[in-house]
Amino acid sequence: MNEVVLTPKEQPYVPIETSTIKPDDFANKSIDEIKDLEVWYGNTSSKIGDFFDVEGESGPTPAETNILIDGDVYNTKRIGQGMTDGKITVNGNVNMYVGAEMEGGIITVNGNADSWAGQDMRGGELIINGNARDYVGSSYRGDWRGMTGGIITIKGNAQNEVAEYMLGGKLIIQGDVRHMPGVHMNGGLLVIEGNVISRPGGEMKNGTIVIKGIVSEFLPGFEYHGIEKDLNIQGESIKGSFYKFKGDFSEKGPDGTVYVAVAGNNHIVP
Amino acid sequence: MEYIIKNGNVYDPLNKIDGEKVDISIKDGKIVDSVSADAKEIDASGQIVMPGGIDPHTHIAGAKVNVGRLIRPEDSKKDTEFSKPDSGKRAGTGFSVPSTFMTGYRYAQMGYTTAMEAAMPPLLARHTHEEFHATPILDHAAFTLLGNNWFIMQYLKEGDIDKAATYASWIIKATKGYAIKIVNPGGTEAWGWGGNVHGIDDPTPYFDITGGEIIRGLAEVNEMLRLPHSIHLHCNDLGHPGNYETTLASLDLPKGIKVDPVTGSRKTSVHATHIQYHSYGGTNWRDFVSEAPTIADYVNKNDHITIDIGQVTLDETTTMTADGPMEYDIHTLNGLKWANCDIELETGSGIVPFIYSPKAPVPSVQWAIGLELFLLVDDASKVCMTTDSPNGGPFTRYPRVFSWLMSNKAREDMLENKVHKWAEKRTSLATIDREYSFYDIAQISRSSPAVVLGLSDTKGHLGVGADADIAIHNFNIDNQDPSADYGAIESSFQRSSYVFKDGKIVVQDGEVTIPNHHGRTFWVDSLYNAELEKQVVSEVENVFKQYYSVNFENYPVQDEYVLKPAPINGIKEAGK
Repeated sequence: MNEVVLTPKEQPYVPIETSTIKPDDFANKSIDEIKDLEVWYGNTSSKIGDFFDVEGESGPTPAETNILIDGDVYNTKRIGQGMTDGKITVNGNVNMYVGAEMEGGIITVNGNADSWAGQDMRGGELIINGNARDYVGSSYRGDWRGMTGGIITIKGNAQNEVAEYMLGGKLIIQGDVRHMPGVHMNGGLLVIEGNVISRPGGEMKNGTIVIKGIVSEFLPGFEYHGIEKDLNIQGESIKGSFYKFKGDFSEKGPDGTVYVAVAGNNHIVP
Repeated sequence: MEYIIKNGNVYDPLNKIDGEKVDISIKDGKIVDSVSADAKEIDASGQIVMPGGIDPHTHIAGAKVNVGRLIRPEDSKKDTEFSKPDSGKRAGTGFSVPSTFMTGYRYAQMGYTTAMEAAMPPLLARHTHEEFHATPILDHAAFTLLGNNWFIMQYLKEGDIDKAATYASWIIKATKGYAIKIVNPGGTEAWGWGGNVHGIDDPTPYFDITGGEIIRGLAEVNEMLRLPHSIHLHCNDLGHPGNYETTLASLDLPKGIKVDPVTGSRKTSVHATHIQYHSYGGTNWRDFVSEAPTIADYVNKNDHITIDIGQVTLDETTTMTADGPMEYDIHTLNGLKWANCDIELETGSGIVPFIYSPKAPVPSVQWAIGLELFLLVDDASKVCMTTDSPNGGPFTRYPRVFSWLMSNKAREDMLENKVHKWAEKRTSLATIDREYSFYDIAQISRSSPAVVLGLSDTKGHLGVGADADIAIHNFNIDNQDPSADYGAIESSFQRSSYVFKDGKIVVQDGEVTIPNHHGRTFWVDSLYNAELEKQVVSEVENVFKQYYSVNFENYPVQDEYVLKPAPINGIKEAGK
């Protein structure tokens, strides 16, 4: 396993877009070739070498190539977009679209991520050890076909409309979220271990949402189905007692399921 | 600048040139007899030369096209074009509804130099013309929607055909429009009441007039005004199984009306658009079958009609039409997002994304019906190439449709490997072995639309005096067989080796070279009866005060809105 280490120079004021930072583009390339890969700096075509010091050696295939971004890249977007194999580790914060459209491999962010992490994800694993913002595991704007596979884990909190139009795969948020998690969801599993401010599962047609914390405001489009204990969903075993709801009946023939922990949530039960 | 195109195999149906090597001389934007020795020579050996393509029915400018762009950002990312600031080339996005600049570029890259916006609501004419400003290269015009217009319905109901003609001539002039467009006559008005009409004998609410009466009335008005184009008819019951009977009944209505346009050589009294969507048998989607042979037979036996197809290309696309109730049907069928608009006293519209999956039975049959119609109508001068872009598929798929038409093998490959078996079982496509020639292709995409639009004096041919709109495609008829090498047909039409527009090279090797060339706006300037027009306009003004959301003074499109006007003279005071 070979590793390429990118050490960020000062982050530019205008964000850079770096979908070329992925094992698929680095594999089987010399360090000079990697420095020459294109990145977008605003509306200008630029090069990786302009923003990073590059060291190490790439492997012959993506699977044998690790990328370490050793530092904070808070103004760098689209890291690992569309990657199919290998590993990316970031020791710092990242901007939007980390792991968007990824199909395989592992991305680990030891920091916070901005919005659209894992957008349209197809496979692989994305781990954010800090917080994430809006639209984690969502669809592309306007599309009704979002994330279809893979696993996203957010160790901290996320914000609004996570798992929007999700169709498959798993999204686990260990902290809290804000409004409308799982909006328009149509498959897959969304687990929120912390609290939800409002409207989980709005207009969902299918898929499962599990909320272990407190839901302040719940939608009226769901049917109450009693209490269930110790869930087992998509190979994920989740302990505890949950209120079960089916919906959202604002849609035609919905088959979505929302489990909300019994503890602290009796205000949403009919 | 002078050019001479040498050694190409020329296809120019209006001048009966079928693949012969003829030199084409160009001077000052026109095709001329001869040029001086200074003329730049273009060697087209091993290539085919045709007049610039003409699309007689597409949706490229105006409010509903723009809403289509707005509601489909996910369509935007499927095709993109970068800007080249030094050349004036603008960035653009969009596969089924490209942005305006990209629309111009993509058409030009395929060798198309004229395209007609098929549905312009009078109230939104200004927006349509604004988008034409930003659509480079193409000559263009817009068809004014009149089939659900309150004034037209009122005058026809009262039997006052003179007033209907006066209003039509005034509104076409006021909107800088080109033709009378009829969409689901009576049906879109009924949609304003939450319903639809079925067939041509179902009266629309309040006005109590049927689709049939509107079609016949406007067909008469069209020939009273002696417009360059015939009525452009989108029949009732679009997309409903069993609708072919409505189609046949509708097409019979304008039969026998005397046709004598002021300009052009049109002899037909009705153009039935996207007829593929109107050739359905059966009673529901389960027993849905093709009635294309019946429709094709009618077209073969009658000379008052031309058609365009509305070919389905089996893509994910965006449907958009002034047929509001039909779009609601689509939305309830596929559950995808839907935009709807009621345009006051004039028309309506709807927009829904649609996925024509080759694996699904119904889209496969629709695909086959379109091809049946192309292949079963014997006379290609009655047929125009369209996909009703973007409804059946985006216009960028025309080259692929050409390859299906020119190669039986291409169709066999589709039937055997790509589409649902219903395409074979529910249609006659598999039994047809006709293959289009390049001459036929030049007819359906060049000469037929030019004649039916009344533009054949300057468009759709390569004779002396024609506009120098010329496409050169890299296909060598001496050593390439279109039937076997159908992939090469598609690629050679997708990216022309040269495209001339008004005598300038606007595309070379498939890339746009003059991105800011601006095309003409054709519109019809006619006056049916000056005195009656005063009276009709004052009636219109009164209705405006009561019902319209804009002031009358802000309604007609001023001359400044048309950058490069090309008025076609209609009748002057014929109604006196």
